[in-house]
Amino acid sequence: MRRPLKRSNAPIFWGLFGAGGMLSALLGPVLVLITGLAVPLGLLFGSDAMSYQNMLAFAQNWLGKAFAFAVVSLFLWHAGHRIFHSLHDIGIHGGPLAKLVCYGGALLGTLVAAFSLLSIGF
Amino acid sequence: MNKRRPYVRPMTGWWRKNPFFIEYMIHEGTALFVAAYALVLLAGLVCLAQGEAAWNGWLGALRHPLAILFHLVTLAMLSYHSWTWFKIMPKTMPPVVLGGRRLPAAAITGGGLAAVALASIAALGLVWGMTR
Repeated sequence: MRRPLKRSNAPIFWGLFGAGGMLSALLGPVLVLITGLAVPLGLLFGSDAMSYQNMLAFAQNWLGKAFAFAVVSLFLWHAGHRIFHSLHDIGIHGGPLAKLVCYGGALLGTLVAAFSLLSIGF
Repeated sequence: MNKRRPYVRPMTGWWRKNPFFIEYMIHEGTALFVAAYALVLLAGLVCLAQGEAAWNGWLGALRHPLAILFHLVTLAMLSYHSWTWFKIMPKTMPPVVLGGRRLPAAAITGGGLAAVALASIAALGLVWGMTR
């Protein structure tokens, strides 16, 4: 008797991994340079480059909102997927708990990012 | 009767014996830094939503010497992620055939790294222009 194949959910997670990997490969280093080094050290840009008014305006703009959401959530989905698959290599044979922590963590971060960005308003 | 106890070859530290696997573990390990940086930004978003005082607290935390050190290491690890992402790309994407010839691996890697350079310059220019 033929049974219909159960559709795998792997392509969804792999797709998010790939999208996050691509975004972090293209923009990760320059973002760290800007937000983590140049602005806190007062180099390159003015020291108020990330002032409350500037960043509020950025996060209220729909494009800025979408960009911030994509960066935070896709970076988390990328990292969660990669860490989940690397657990095996360090001797942790991932079961449902490992999956829950890795993908659940990414989902939680995505929801917190969405909630924060929506509460900032438009 | 005793339960059988088959010999299982120990696997601890397997990757430390071969430079290829050491490199593999480092490039997989970049994910920890991608996650950590995303959490730093997420904390920033939460603070931004809470108001000016919380936001200034987050900005002040970024100026702490340990935060600077963290971002220096993260910059190195994310740059390494960019490099390995495009180095491996010829093997992870379906073959691209142009004019009957398969696009060489070096062109895919080179194109990717050129895109990183362009995106970085564009991002720096955009932020520079917006904060004038």
